[in-house]
Amino acid sequence: MGEITKLTLVNLVSKIKSKEISALDACSDYVSRIVKSKKLNTFVTETLEQAISSAKKIDDNNLKEGILSGAPIAVKDLFCTINVETTASSKILKGFVPTYESTVTSKLWERGAVLLGKLNCDEFAMGSSNETSAFGNVINPYKVNDENIVPGGSSGGCSAAVAADLTVATVGTDTGGSIRQPAAFTGIVGLKPTYGRCSRWGIVAFASSLDQAGPMTKNVSDCALMLDAISGFDEKDSTSANTKKEEFLKNLNRNIKGLKIGIPKEYIVDDMPKEIQDLWDKGISWMKESGAIIKYISLPHTKYALPTYYIIAPAEASSNLARYDGVRYGFRASGKDLNEMYENTRSLGFGNEVKRRIMIGTYVLSSGYYDAYYLKAQQVRRLIKNDFDLVFKDVDAILTPTAPSSAFKIGEKKDDPISMYLNDVFTVPINLAGLPAISIPAGFDQSGLPLGLQIIGKPFDEQTVLNSAYALEEKIGFKSQVKDWWM
Amino acid sequence: MLIYLNFSSSLMSINKETVKKISKLSRIASNEEFENSMIKDLNSILKFVEQLNELNTSNTEPLSSVVDQKLYQRDDVEKKINEKKDILQNSPIKNENYFVVPKIIE
Repeated sequence: MGEITKLTLVNLVSKIKSKEISALDACSDYVSRIVKSKKLNTFVTETLEQAISSAKKIDDNNLKEGILSGAPIAVKDLFCTINVETTASSKILKGFVPTYESTVTSKLWERGAVLLGKLNCDEFAMGSSNETSAFGNVINPYKVNDENIVPGGSSGGCSAAVAADLTVATVGTDTGGSIRQPAAFTGIVGLKPTYGRCSRWGIVAFASSLDQAGPMTKNVSDCALMLDAISGFDEKDSTSANTKKEEFLKNLNRNIKGLKIGIPKEYIVDDMPKEIQDLWDKGISWMKESGAIIKYISLPHTKYALPTYYIIAPAEASSNLARYDGVRYGFRASGKDLNEMYENTRSLGFGNEVKRRIMIGTYVLSSGYYDAYYLKAQQVRRLIKNDFDLVFKDVDAILTPTAPSSAFKIGEKKDDPISMYLNDVFTVPINLAGLPAISIPAGFDQSGLPLGLQIIGKPFDEQTVLNSAYALEEKIGFKSQVKDWWM
Repeated sequence: MLIYLNFSSSLMSINKETVKKISKLSRIASNEEFENSMIKDLNSILKFVEQLNELNTSNTEPLSSVVDQKLYQRDDVEKKINEKKDILQNSPIKNENYFVVPKIIE
């Protein structure tokens, strides 16, 4: 006992299947760790008792067929879970108990996983530090000089929970970097699949043309297994891709000899710490050592990705969040007439960052400004996608840092939205182009905080992304430095 | 292009009146403090996004979705989803089979 939570997902499931470990023992170990880890504030809702009884059921009925048999898994509180409160970390959804299950999470349970609870995130997934959650900040399991550090965002509860061994793996969502940046900030693996690879049905929507669910795990093999579990066509999501089912874990291999890896010169940004440039250089040498061919490429519209994103994402959000009106679900404030009730409900129910984005989105879509902002951003989005289409004629994948810095202190960037947005400079272009990209832990900065490298692939070529990451992972030999200081 | 150039000078300045109008459209109640913080934040965000005007996109087709597949059509089969009880379950105020809202007809 006690060491079970250190096991990877692949190892844990195989030990449960071979009956070396019971599903109940696995679940109990996670439960006792979660109970002792309240300080990290990773969970919004815990379902520990149900988890124990589901685990017992798996043992009693010998349900060991599923590829995630007995795996105790908590998920981002953006996935609707039947009969379990789902809040998107917003006050406006407090008390909302879905009567249906998201496609992605239903696939987890069908394959034998057990729900531990719902993980904290930035409110409606809008943020890069988990500071916008209505339920308080998540604390990064890594610490610097006794100071608390953000876990990244928006999937900050997810990243901290995986790094602190409070869930064997998880699913997050990524609209502009919300899986990859927190993964980099906590020393774990995070994959944003190709847009359309995983169903968006039953996920609280932020920006529908950019949102995508994906795995966050201890290592690359676990990531491949999770993608096997959650991907696939879903008739309930009109943007879900009708591609053939792949077997990512089975086809995972480290042979990337002859693979052409692009290095985009536009990803060298002002004020990027030297240690991030050094890590990127190391990544390039590791790729070469693995037999890959390095090609220097240009993605000329990179600098326009963030401004494009900060028009398109708020525009879509302002439309998606129109549904929170205090009538059908969640929080409701009083008002003397219908409009006042709407206005009070939304003013008290939403936090500042969400209101800011609704306001921006409403403005750029409003009459007289639509062409100058929204249409313009959609046109630039095309140019950004064209950049990738062009370079992918010459290279098989692209290597970049995941974020321009390591995790920062809580409160450090809170007052300046633009400096917060700059965190996503390397991840946002990938969402705009709908591509798959992974972040893998690749080293530490001077103060001992983890740093990540990002590998970007062609649409629906997650296998090459995973294989390159698998090859790099072996070269890097990353070891978690989480010290359990909160227990 | 000329239109954009003319626009960009006026685009920059979000004033109190604009914030009031946008908060009305957004159905978010506004007050002095909210307006002041929004004037500051929205102007700084809009200044940031106006970099896009450096690009000539007059011949660029806008991209609204990266998915270029045809919309899928389900078989025309009746399914029992979204039953009345489920739909009403989460409503903060309901009465029998109805959502309850403040009076809208005088």
